[in-house]
Amino acid sequence: MHEFSLAQDVFEIVRDTARANGVSFVSEVTLEIGTLSGVEFSAMETAIESLQSGSAFEKTKFIIRKIKAEAVCRHCSKTFEPEDIFSLCPKCGNYGIDIISGRELLVKSITAE
Amino acid sequence: MCDTCGCGSEHGEFTLHSVDHEINDNHVRHDHAHPHSHSHSHSDKGGVTINVETDILSKNNLLAERNRGYFEAKNIKTFNLVSSPGSGKTTLLEKIIPLLKQKHEVFVIEGDQQTTKDAERIKKSGAKAIQINTGNGCHLDAHMISHAVKSLEVTDNSLLFIENVGNLVCPALFDLGESIRIVIASTTEGEDKPIKYPNMFSTSQICVLNKIDLLPHLEFNTEEFIANCKKVNSDLKIVKVSSKTSEGIDNLLNSII
Repeated sequence: MHEFSLAQDVFEIVRDTARANGVSFVSEVTLEIGTLSGVEFSAMETAIESLQSGSAFEKTKFIIRKIKAEAVCRHCSKTFEPEDIFSLCPKCGNYGIDIISGRELLVKSITAE
Repeated sequence: MCDTCGCGSEHGEFTLHSVDHEINDNHVRHDHAHPHSHSHSHSDKGGVTINVETDILSKNNLLAERNRGYFEAKNIKTFNLVSSPGSGKTTLLEKIIPLLKQKHEVFVIEGDQQTTKDAERIKKSGAKAIQINTGNGCHLDAHMISHAVKSLEVTDNSLLFIENVGNLVCPALFDLGESIRIVIASTTEGEDKPIKYPNMFSTSQICVLNKIDLLPHLEFNTEEFIANCKKVNSDLKIVKVSSKTSEGIDNLLNSII
């Protein structure tokens, strides 16, 4: 359940950004999380909800954008969507891929009112 | 007030225990503003959207880099030992500490959710040890390590082993500032651990396969385990050991020192 400590870091980033920009109410927070980031999406949602209750962000809408994984084969340069960080290239069948997206773990933006 | 991170107080997070005396550094996450300038745009709904683009792990990564700089400046070689519970991390440390102590000062940070049992075991083997109890936490983070290193008074030119909380999932994401990450698997766990928990095996530099003395009694396929390691991380160095019989221990010491 490392999602709980990640959610705490999300709240800290949102709080710092709001303060630095003189924002009193954050209506929306958008996160971008890759499918290969090592984060369980449902656990992240649960962690955020549990931290929201009773906090300054109780009424804030948290949006998690799931970022699809994309990899390039080091052997034949084929671009494809891998299931894991160690997937085989579907074209040449080799191991050895570079993950070019899917590891994102970002607070993308906040919306203030 | 912590002079490294400036943390004041908000929610209690972890507890440090010296095995000699109670430190009771009930530590806290910090809560302070970082002034940044962000670009703003106005959304259709009337609100103002502020682009943040901040990595959720950025705070941990920053503290980890600080730890790494500190360790490098003081010539402290640091190992982050990760594994599932029961793989034999503490027993392995008990085995290698007396051997390493012949030439090096050895320090150990023990991470567990509860109890100081492991730090007490390590202390008996001759290293200075401190216990971090993470409470509900499932991993150590760079912040805890920076405080533990200070409380432990780690000396220059020494070796520091960090025994992470037994868990093959969560500790993978949290850089502690270590020089080398060592994942420990044991022959009683099955050959498929590397592909079931790829993040941990892909972020480690060394894999210790422990309890090889049990191989005659098990159906464990060592070749398949090694092949699975290589699928996930082709650079992973695999060292086969038995903490019980000492087989492979010399190899391990040559690989890390």
